[in-house]
Amino acid sequence: MSTTQGPPPRQIVVVGNGMVGARFAEEVARLDPAGERVHVTVVGAEDEAAYNRVLLSGVVAGSYTTDQIRLPVPDTPGVTVRTGVAATALDTERRRLTLADGTHLPYDELVLATGARAAFPPITGVAAPDGRPGEGVTALRDLADCQRLLSLARPGAPVVVLGGGVLGLEAARGLVGRGMRVSVVESSPWIMRRQIDQPAARILAAQYAALGVTVHSWRVASRWVPGTGLELDDGRVLSGDALVVTAGVRGNIELAKDAGIEVEHGILVDDTLTTSEARVHAIGDCAQHPGGGAGLVQPGWEQASVLAQRLTGTAPQATYTGSSPLTRLKADGIELTAFGRVHDDEDAEGLETVTVSDPHGGRYAKLVVSDERVVGAVLLGFPEAAATVSQLFDTGAPVPADRLALVQGLPTAAPETGSENGQRALVCRCNAVTRETIEQAWLDGARTREAIADTTRATTGCGGCVRDVNALLSGLADTDTAGVG
Amino acid sequence: MTPGQSTTTHCPYCALQCAMHLDTGPDGHLTARPAPFPTNRGGLCRKGWTSTEVLTVPDRLTRPLMRKDRDAPLTEVDWDTALDHVAARLNALRAESGPDAVAVFGSGGLTNEKSYTLGKFARLALGTSQIDYNGRFCMSAAAAAGNRAFGLDRGMPFPLTDVAEAEVVLLAGANPAETMPPMMGHLSAPTLIVIDPRQSGTAQAALDNGGMHLAPRPGTDLALALGLLHAVHVQGWTDTDYLHARTHGFDDAWRHAAAWWPERTEQVTGVSATQLRRAADLLGRAARNRSAYVLTGRGTEQHAKGTDTVSAWINLSLALGLPGRRGSGYGCITGQGNGQGGREHGQKADQLPGYRRIDDPAARDHVASVWGVDPATLPGPGRSAFELLDALGTDSGPRAMLLFGSNPVVSAPDADRVRDRLASLDLLVAADFVLSETAAMADVVLPVAQWAEESGTMTNLEGRILRRAKATEPPQGVRTDLQVLADLATRLGQPAERFPTDPDTVLAELGRASAGGAADYSGATPDRLAAGEALHWPVRPDSAPTPRLFLDSFAHPDGRARLIPVAHRPPAETTDADYPLIATTGRLMGHYQSGAQTRRVPELTDAEPEAYVEVHPDTAARVGLAHGDWARLTSRRGHTRARVRLTPTARLDTVFVPFHFAADQAANNITNPALDPTSRMPEFKVSAVRLDPEPTP
Repeated sequence: MSTTQGPPPRQIVVVGNGMVGARFAEEVARLDPAGERVHVTVVGAEDEAAYNRVLLSGVVAGSYTTDQIRLPVPDTPGVTVRTGVAATALDTERRRLTLADGTHLPYDELVLATGARAAFPPITGVAAPDGRPGEGVTALRDLADCQRLLSLARPGAPVVVLGGGVLGLEAARGLVGRGMRVSVVESSPWIMRRQIDQPAARILAAQYAALGVTVHSWRVASRWVPGTGLELDDGRVLSGDALVVTAGVRGNIELAKDAGIEVEHGILVDDTLTTSEARVHAIGDCAQHPGGGAGLVQPGWEQASVLAQRLTGTAPQATYTGSSPLTRLKADGIELTAFGRVHDDEDAEGLETVTVSDPHGGRYAKLVVSDERVVGAVLLGFPEAAATVSQLFDTGAPVPADRLALVQGLPTAAPETGSENGQRALVCRCNAVTRETIEQAWLDGARTREAIADTTRATTGCGGCVRDVNALLSGLADTDTAGVG
Repeated sequence: MTPGQSTTTHCPYCALQCAMHLDTGPDGHLTARPAPFPTNRGGLCRKGWTSTEVLTVPDRLTRPLMRKDRDAPLTEVDWDTALDHVAARLNALRAESGPDAVAVFGSGGLTNEKSYTLGKFARLALGTSQIDYNGRFCMSAAAAAGNRAFGLDRGMPFPLTDVAEAEVVLLAGANPAETMPPMMGHLSAPTLIVIDPRQSGTAQAALDNGGMHLAPRPGTDLALALGLLHAVHVQGWTDTDYLHARTHGFDDAWRHAAAWWPERTEQVTGVSATQLRRAADLLGRAARNRSAYVLTGRGTEQHAKGTDTVSAWINLSLALGLPGRRGSGYGCITGQGNGQGGREHGQKADQLPGYRRIDDPAARDHVASVWGVDPATLPGPGRSAFELLDALGTDSGPRAMLLFGSNPVVSAPDADRVRDRLASLDLLVAADFVLSETAAMADVVLPVAQWAEESGTMTNLEGRILRRAKATEPPQGVRTDLQVLADLATRLGQPAERFPTDPDTVLAELGRASAGGAADYSGATPDRLAAGEALHWPVRPDSAPTPRLFLDSFAHPDGRARLIPVAHRPPAETTDADYPLIATTGRLMGHYQSGAQTRRVPELTDAEPEAYVEVHPDTAARVGLAHGDWARLTSRRGHTRARVRLTPTARLDTVFVPFHFAADQAANNITNPALDPTSRMPEFKVSAVRLDPEPTP
């Protein structure tokens, strides 16, 4: 073993202890367990340890306690996590990060995983001029929001959800499950406008209605009146003790922008996840990659993995070229999966669309195929098909010929295989005993199951055919009696 | 033996060790029929029924074979010539390159007495650290996971009959309907949850009885196990009192499972969130009644993350409060006949008898004193099975190998590479009863006795020590493995009394060597075995055996089980445009392991004469293959051929090939030798492959 001391580990500073920042640290810990190559310092503004933001709607629903959604903290010498301290300034010249407590962190590589925050629409009463939520209003981005929401509304109380996207619908499902009376307001023509088509949305809205959630699509809110509710542009007022705003997010890009790093709506990164500054990287919701992907956790985790491989040098050639995000609604009793090109014109060149609509059964399936590959789907109420179809999409594998069976989650019909590979109909598969053999044994005097077993071996394997053999024997006995009589 | 005589013994094949009567016919030949016994409940599979045919196969070896050089054919020689030659070559190689120049490769099919003697022979007569066995390819992942969770590895720490009374049994990667049919008798009452990428016979049995079949994409079992733990915990089935009183580590294990909410698990595994939640409820409800078992098999274990995967299943069972209680538990379904005993008595690179560690000074002192040697003379740990095979004939690796009861050119991963390594040895010696594919490559082949021709003990999948009885004499000219080891040891300068050839004498010594160890056999005496006592180890003299372990405490010093925090990782290789499918390998009812025995039984080989590939009709049609066509499967390592069997229930992305066939039909030509970091288990179950029509010659 070599005893030469290598250079000290390179210093990586991660800004943001959310799902993506924490995942980056975890990936590094896995790739460099002894911390010989790099040392990672994660800086998080929240006092809380990292937790799983994806499950916040589950906390609202009461399915998870806040403790259950904590993320693993790498227990390795190569990772340090500092919570409750925000990063305030970034100096890319001197390669150091300034923290809210006035201290500085020098870095060799900086990773921005600052995430995003709720965007409050410019509606009277929703947000104060300083950006804080108005009275009775909350976003649903972090644990504090969750706690605020649960302190604002009790079972039986009316709650309005502003924004009928994935998070809004998950929150609505959770709240109605807790006994709240929930209305959802969506300014687009239909709910989950980005992910699903209108016929699917109509059936989905009906399912929500059946659960006690009223959905108001293509309605703009004009005013939030604390203690009363949300006033719509048509003058109606939706009663609400609380308003949950789930109307989009805004990337936390200020730190990068102030440091002169190129930003648009996010921090611009290339396939190496590097910003306009060579030693500064960005991943997750704050990053803007040409391949898209912000807003969902899976792309952020893929980015964390790629960047960890690059910065630990375990795979310096790794790149992120975009991902194919898939939406899976987490709402108790509603199975909805959607991804890809579901808004394309069905007559578009090279597209083949299978649609099944069953409003009565609350089911809808749309499968879009191009060049034998799944390129888009909406599956509402077909959980088994959803699992299969999303894997076909993920792996780019060709679709089976029987598209209808596929969207229904049914197995392909058995093929014609000619001679059945020479296999006869067996009563006892373990010992390859046919009905004819058993009948012959009976004719030769074997009248009990045990005697049949001794002569033919039937029933001595897994024993699964005992019932069949007994039935065969009693049938033979009946025939025999009839014959004698 | 005289006609009309009957001997009661156990089957030569799997770890179920079904009891059978061997009746001597008028022609002196033996025939088998089932005998009552708890594991087989009077049943036998067709391998068992036909097992005696292997005793009299036409190509049975009865004289030693030797070749002058690698290009010369094997010719018959007498025993002294063969043994003298082997001893002289071993001595010369040892003198040139040191004791580690000679390797020993054993088997989970050998009796306890042989496993023990083989380990002793390697350490004393050869002084080599280079000994391992084919059990690495079987149960090593579960063994490693069991040890770290419970402080002890006994495949099933409870009698198999307990399982029959459970409400729910989860089988992860196990297909007993095909591999151990009589075991299904214990699984007919419980509701089964079968985890298998294929709709196997066991999965079908589950569905027929109102159970569930979850079919994950191969290589994602660990994610599935984490997803189930997640669902179990969130749905309120965690036994917090039990976790508090009897375990450590739930919180850390949960942190990893917390990242596997059902919808994400669905995306990675292909098992729907709905099914996952249903399975969690089914399991949770039974666990609440203390009436559920989690059992694992090779399907979930034979991966480069096999140990962590089994840990995830154990974590699930601990969260549910199953292990260490009557009526519930976790177990590994050991595969090979003596897969349990074979991993306890020193034929494993890091082990000494009694499941002791070879790097533990106290263990070395104890075993050295039984052996009458200085502990300092015992070698340290050596290479694990695949690493050992892969090192053969290399600059730093062994130059000679002695092989007992194994056929690695068929059973080891990346078979071409293994063949190359074996061919580069200076000396390969195989002890076998037929000329297996590996024996055919040897310089010297020593003909040895078969199971019914000698006595010994086996330890079945429940950790029960069993007597295998001698029912007939070996053919003229054949010697037992114990005799061969003694013959070689004395030629290598060992005192004859150090290597007894009588199995009971060896058992008594094994008892002393294992005494005080984890797997304590000191109370397993011939008398108690003959009396039919159910001797589950540990079994000490004058004390009752241990049918159920852990009822009071687990085997870690603090008495608690450990949940090991494990994270999912993808398989060692992924599919791409060139290798778009996943091949997974497995077993057929009519064949056993490398097929060296069962391919010689006409009834078995008539039923399954050749390799086949199970494939979805659409996947086959896409490459122009029809039912019954010969297909070629190509991986990054090699190719194999097999006949197409269209299976509509197959996953679109997965093909299945049995691994019992040899040469150009060997499934292991394509498998991946990526190893599990903990157990050194190879990744048999996930290979990226391409499916093509077999080119016509």
